[in-house]
Amino acid sequence: MNNQTMGEPTRRDFLYLTTGMAGAVGAVAVAWPFVDQMRPDASTLAMASIEVDVSALTPGMSLTVKWRGKPVFIRNRTDKEVQEAAAVKLEQLKDPIARNQNLPADAPATGADRSAGKGKENWIVMIGSCTHLGCVPLGQAGEYGGWFCPCHGSVYDTAGRIRKGPAPENLLMPIFSFTKDTVIKIG
Amino acid sequence: MSGGHSSYEPTSGLGKWVDSRLPLPRMVYDSFIAYPVPRNLNYAYTFGAMLAVMLVVQILTGVVLAMHYVASIDLAFGSVEGIMRDVNHGWLLRYLHANGASFFFIAVYLHIARGLYYGSYKAPREILWILGVIIYLLMMATGFMGYVLPWGQMSFWGATVITGFFSAFPLVGEWIQQFLLGGFAVGQPTLNRFFSLHYLLPFVIAGVVILHVWALHVTGQTNPTGVEVKSKTDTVAFTPYATVKDALGVVIFLLAYSWFVFYMPNYLGHPDNYTMANALKTPAHIVPEWYYLPFYAMLRAITFNVGPIDSKLGGVLVMFGSIIVLFFLPWLDTSKVRSAVYRPWYKLFFWLFVADCILLGWLGSRQPTDTYTLMAQFGTLYYFGFFLVIMPVLGLIETPRRLPNSITEAVLEKSAKA
Repeated sequence: MNNQTMGEPTRRDFLYLTTGMAGAVGAVAVAWPFVDQMRPDASTLAMASIEVDVSALTPGMSLTVKWRGKPVFIRNRTDKEVQEAAAVKLEQLKDPIARNQNLPADAPATGADRSAGKGKENWIVMIGSCTHLGCVPLGQAGEYGGWFCPCHGSVYDTAGRIRKGPAPENLLMPIFSFTKDTVIKIG
Repeated sequence: MSGGHSSYEPTSGLGKWVDSRLPLPRMVYDSFIAYPVPRNLNYAYTFGAMLAVMLVVQILTGVVLAMHYVASIDLAFGSVEGIMRDVNHGWLLRYLHANGASFFFIAVYLHIARGLYYGSYKAPREILWILGVIIYLLMMATGFMGYVLPWGQMSFWGATVITGFFSAFPLVGEWIQQFLLGGFAVGQPTLNRFFSLHYLLPFVIAGVVILHVWALHVTGQTNPTGVEVKSKTDTVAFTPYATVKDALGVVIFLLAYSWFVFYMPNYLGHPDNYTMANALKTPAHIVPEWYYLPFYAMLRAITFNVGPIDSKLGGVLVMFGSIIVLFFLPWLDTSKVRSAVYRPWYKLFFWLFVADCILLGWLGSRQPTDTYTLMAQFGTLYYFGFFLVIMPVLGLIETPRRLPNSITEAVLEKSAKA
């Protein structure tokens, strides 16, 4: 073997290498399905969107629905809450990005961008999963009158923006739209 | 597995016939009967036997519990209640299994503390030590996944929080989390795979235990003096000396275990886990099982950003780092002397480290207030300081006591004094 590797590669060296390579590629190809089966399956991905009737929600009322196994907070905010959210300056925020999937990724976390948009400023729809480690924050609690996570003490304001505590980001607003005046489609 | 030469001599015809075909009796004889152990081993060296017993207890009770458990998000909680109320002796088997996990961890913590005190991780036992850390990691994974199976509130939210650790990593974090969960949140796919892995991992642990014992029998055991075995007078035969000592240790350990199983079976659990999992409601106070509490305290202690690392990722890195650092212990300790018996300063810092772990464990069980967070930050600092600063520096500056020339000398000195 030593003599052979010193000189010109032989036909046997070539066969040895290519067979080994084919074996390695084959092993990876066989391993992949065993790894890939762990990812969310087709039925999980199929639960992509739901429609929610929000006609019963008067200002100051909230509804929690389950979407993709996670709670989604829908709140018809009072005028006071909307004004409080709008009055906050961006530099006061821990996370100045809107985290609103209906807007460009770099949209600022203004009161308007953290709502359902023009004419629907009172509505907010967001995933009720704390951006720290995924607990469900309690509504209308904490010192900013928004949400408070009991697990590790993250405090969110009336627009679901992180103001205090270990959570790094504002509560995520999923893709949603009003299909009618009183029906919200999430996803 | 003994590494040395064998003194096994089969006497019967059948014994000779087997020995020349598959010398399994020879291996058992060499490893657990004639195997020489240091003559000065104390009861701190009996935790290994307890751990072996607990692994068997957990596998036996686990296998029969799996005959009655249903890994379905709708049926799991009910099936565990069925085990408690309907299955013959189901209450006993489940309490043995649940408390068995706790006692498994009690034994492993004492076993690790023994190793730290007597310097068991030092050359030439680095691989032995690393295999032990791997077993400990596997135990943590197994214990965590087992706690999810009853599908109570703590099961669900514990799983949510712990898989949430992975979401802290930038870019790939969310993908890893969904990969582990098999969905966007803890759900049926999660429960199913955790059951599968919870059943598998104990057998992986058993495999690594075999390597651990193999490595032990190649280097031989340490002993309270830390002086290596030098002559035949330094050792006694494993059976009866170590066997009987181990047996007494195991019996006392099983008494304490039985006390919990029969008189306070839920003392180490959480009442919240007797409420079925609810994805829309987080319990007021999520705490992991007691054996993870020091690490949980360190996770929560990181409330500040460090440069580009935010507090969430920082906490997760500190928590993983607190275990990873154990792998490097054999090279972090620079002392030439193995045993704390002859290292006055190391002994002090060791007991402070034990106290620190207990303090962190207690802090991990509390609701975080500003004072507790500050205490946890100091506790975390000492935890890492012990391994990364004290261990390397102390070995260079400490003046150790005079070491005995041999184990025999140490033993005779002691008995002359008595």
